[in-house]
Amino acid sequence: MIANETVRRLQAILPPHCLLLAREDVKPFETDGLTAYRNTPDAVALPETEEQVRQVLAVCFDTGTPVVFRGAGTGLSGGALPVDGAVLLAMTKFSRILAVDPLARTARVQPGVRNLAISEAAAAYGLYYAPDPSSQIACSIGGNVAENSGGVHCLKYGLTVHNVLAVRALTIEGEELVIGQGALDAPGYDLLALMTGSEGMLAVILEITVKLLPKPERAQVILAAFDEVARGGAAVGAIISGGVLPAGLEMMDKLALEAAEAFVHAGYPLDAEAILLVEVDGTQEEVSEDVMRVRDILLAAGATEVRTAKDEAEAKKFWAGRKAAFPAVGRLSPDYYCMDGTIPRKTLPAVLRRIAELSQAYELPVANVFHAGDGNLHPLILYDANQPGATAKAERLGADILELCVAHGGTITGEHGVGLEKIDQMCVQFTAAELQAFHGVKACFDPAGLLNPGKAVPTLQRCAEYGAMHVQGGALPFPELPRF
Amino acid sequence: MMEIIQERLKEACASGKPLVIRAGGSKDWYGEAISGAVLDVSAHRGIVSYEPGELVLTAKCGTPLAEIEALLDAHGQMLGFEPPHFSPASTLGGTLACGFSGPRRPYAGSARDFVLGMDILDGGGRHLKFGGQVIKNVAGYDVSRLMVGALGTLGVLLQASLKVLPRPQAELTLQFECDEAEAIRRANEWAGQPLPLSATAWLSGLQSVRLAGARSAVAAAHRKLGGEINEHGEEFWTGVRNHGAAFFADGAPLWRLSLPSATPPLGLPGKQLIAWGGAERWLKSDAAAAEIRARAAAHGGHATLYAGDKRGGVFHPLPEALLKYQQRLKQQFDPRGILNPGRMYP
Repeated sequence: MIANETVRRLQAILPPHCLLLAREDVKPFETDGLTAYRNTPDAVALPETEEQVRQVLAVCFDTGTPVVFRGAGTGLSGGALPVDGAVLLAMTKFSRILAVDPLARTARVQPGVRNLAISEAAAAYGLYYAPDPSSQIACSIGGNVAENSGGVHCLKYGLTVHNVLAVRALTIEGEELVIGQGALDAPGYDLLALMTGSEGMLAVILEITVKLLPKPERAQVILAAFDEVARGGAAVGAIISGGVLPAGLEMMDKLALEAAEAFVHAGYPLDAEAILLVEVDGTQEEVSEDVMRVRDILLAAGATEVRTAKDEAEAKKFWAGRKAAFPAVGRLSPDYYCMDGTIPRKTLPAVLRRIAELSQAYELPVANVFHAGDGNLHPLILYDANQPGATAKAERLGADILELCVAHGGTITGEHGVGLEKIDQMCVQFTAAELQAFHGVKACFDPAGLLNPGKAVPTLQRCAEYGAMHVQGGALPFPELPRF
Repeated sequence: MMEIIQERLKEACASGKPLVIRAGGSKDWYGEAISGAVLDVSAHRGIVSYEPGELVLTAKCGTPLAEIEALLDAHGQMLGFEPPHFSPASTLGGTLACGFSGPRRPYAGSARDFVLGMDILDGGGRHLKFGGQVIKNVAGYDVSRLMVGALGTLGVLLQASLKVLPRPQAELTLQFECDEAEAIRRANEWAGQPLPLSATAWLSGLQSVRLAGARSAVAAAHRKLGGEINEHGEEFWTGVRNHGAAFFADGAPLWRLSLPSATPPLGLPGKQLIAWGGAERWLKSDAAAAEIRARAAAHGGHATLYAGDKRGGVFHPLPEALLKYQQRLKQQFDPRGILNPGRMYP
């Protein structure tokens, strides 16, 4: 429970409409996009000025009160989940686009600006902001920086870290950090890379300068069907080694494509084991050349059917199925749990085979949606939270899938972040020394450990306890740690 | 080999005697001058894995860039950030430690952008792995990218995984006569249009632009932009990239100014080569360091001394708050201060 003294001091700083304390007011903030995790916050601060943010942090620093930052609350790993006794500091009121510079192709924005709003503001100049997480209509750019968000066009256009030029941030010690100012690099260590994806553990972001890109002249979508998932996977490798860098490259397995087809009638071939959507973009000429090359490669790779969208409407339809895949799968089952591992693409057939085995063993269906271009796999585990023990079972299956990704040379999270959700799997991906290095980085910016405590990087004790349950290959993880 | 480096680090850690990390030695001149026992890491070399279909290459950091680029070239791929080779001995590790990128950088990304993962030895000799071999990865802080441009002061770079790119089918270099202000404006305007740009440079009243991509797209962009074809385009860009061009040859101090790309002409004395669509300006000038830095800073940029009298400092001074956190990071990764101490900031 948050101390009364802290609350009194916050009340002295923030007007009543900027500080929520009543249970019915704070309740809506109990969860982020990972709704399986809930925790009612003690206090929600909704500052309107940077000075208020600074003062809230100063009070928290003084009183040793933890702080959890929150943007639009669309994150999928519990990164903005309230922590007991903490102030939940929501940056949603910082929603102004401060400047769009069409010549320099940059936008300077406050952290609460929605991702899509940036592209909308830039559209008048033929420009856009490239990273497009599926929540882009709602998610905030501050949250995107905190999570290093991706989207469906990362292979060609990169993640948030590749598209941010500068941030201004405030540490819990009250130091303002101006990291970059619009040039392509800044002197000193690359703190911009460190801040991006730091999950609210190092500092709060006050302002962001993003890079804008010219809208491609044309984009074209090709749909290919495969009678075997492995063939689809091989086709992806063939396209890329064939010299084409598609803007988007998405794969769906049978369960996912059936669900999507039933939901939005995208015209997907239902007899396929997997489909691949390939989007190529660029100048008119480039796209025409690339479409021909991609078609040839897909046919040579054994696609049973290759369709090029005949017009914009059909291209939209092809994409509509993919974009609606999550809600479509949601119709098959009362609940679903979305995983976020990344694997080297060539391991896809082996990983999918193993996921199918795990799915059978746990008796929970799994639909697979795959950002095939960058190896980011989103298995969707279907379950019914009303069945006793079902949520825990789904979480165990999810953990097994993430550890499978690590075993195949991949990672536990491609774009959703660790948050609270994957904190135990961090113990599988990193050694004790590596986790200590992460804690060391955290300590540089937040020596008292007040920012988002218990998230993103597990304590070694937590790993020791988790490790005790997960002895793999006879080797006990973290043998150097004392066991309690 | 890794064990030998690790042993040396542990000894240095025990004795507190600083080490100067060195591989090819092609960038010894870069950064503040430092002294200490040389830790030669050049034997830690070799390409560990390369999967053209994954667009990922992993190599030990002592591997010469030339070896990596030859292999990529054989598979129709390339390093997207077009790193400079200041000598045939230039290595992957040195390039990443300096964070150097070449003419393609504004259109494709920087050295740090292409890093997917890294193995390092920290100042205590601990072998740590960050990131990985996949393009999307947000587990843990982005320590591997933090190492890029840190000049070896946070760790000895052992091995890196990089995203690579397909080589463009066609390239063409066009030239236009114009003054500095117009060159900056045009480079920025072009970059705001869907054109297949891959480099720009302005020098002595001549603006050069390199187009790269599908053959038909390059031809269409040529029709749109006009300009004279430079038949020796490849040679020209190699000169810009590796500082072999005549511009770099005389004895005047060489500065690199990194600026927001649309920054108007700075009016500093001396001659200039403007690259990166206006965002990187090479300046040969005898002007006072303080004046050059002030002019760059006034536009949101910074200035680095590449060649000349280093007594005024090589790197742009950091604001106090940034310096404080950087020093804490140094203290975390290298508590004994044995890794290239002072090469970057005190």
